[in-house]
Amino acid sequence: MLDQMSAGGPGGMPAADLDRVFQALADPGRRLMVERLSQGPASVSELGRPLAMSLAAVVQHVQVLEASGLIRSQKTGRTRTCSINAAALRSAESWIAERRALWERRLDRLGDYLADAAEDANEDEENP
Amino acid sequence: MTERSVNHTTFVIERTYPASPAKVFAAWTDAAAKTVWMDDPDYKSDGTPFELDFRVGGRERFGGLNPDGTSYRYDAVYYDIVPDQRIVYSYEMYSGEDRMSVSLTTVEIVPDADGTKLTYTEQGAFLDAIDKPEARGEGIAWMLDNLTTFLAKEK
Repeated sequence: MLDQMSAGGPGGMPAADLDRVFQALADPGRRLMVERLSQGPASVSELGRPLAMSLAAVVQHVQVLEASGLIRSQKTGRTRTCSINAAALRSAESWIAERRALWERRLDRLGDYLADAAEDANEDEENP
Repeated sequence: MTERSVNHTTFVIERTYPASPAKVFAAWTDAAAKTVWMDDPDYKSDGTPFELDFRVGGRERFGGLNPDGTSYRYDAVYYDIVPDQRIVYSYEMYSGEDRMSVSLTTVEIVPDADGTKLTYTEQGAFLDAIDKPEARGEGIAWMLDNLTTFLAKEK
């Protein structure tokens, strides 16, 4: 954990831990599915409706999302219902990465603040 | 019932600023300066005053709103202060009444050919990966934003 966080992924993401999630979300169709599921549970066929793809392809995408831990699914009779796995989205790794990102932004703003302060000091010297 | 968990994590952030160590250090000691650069558009103020008693044993407190609209609170204690060189403090973060983390932060300030190198090291105990349903949408939006950045850098 320490090494992964210290090595730091882009934007402060712990690269190794979130690789599967990133892979799952790298596909625009799967992103649409995740966005749809963030509104509430849906069946596999409901998920496929806005997408121009076969049911078999939709099932494959659902399997990738499920393997990443982003979603869960449950079969009742003939219908497979999918739901978002909120724990995966607000996992410890994700909010620690969020904390890191917050401090990255703060330290960037500290740089802006120091640059502004230096500029003001220069102006004061020019116009005493 | 809250599921209990502890995640111990250390993260390190380095920055180099074209300014003297004294100027960089001063930005951490002065409440007016710190308010400017600590302020984050995603973590809005809720009007809680920013308190900074910058001395060993002194406290620092502020609060505001998380991206999901819930309130957060920051409470720090300073342990070690070496002017222009080092600051060590601990801080707690609360989301509402839940303590989210307790961290030890070390800020090292070292002169560098380009000005000053700052190393921020946070060693934290992150408690009970708090999951609030209202945070889901924000969590997804945040994840997708990071994905976009990640993919842009991969190219």
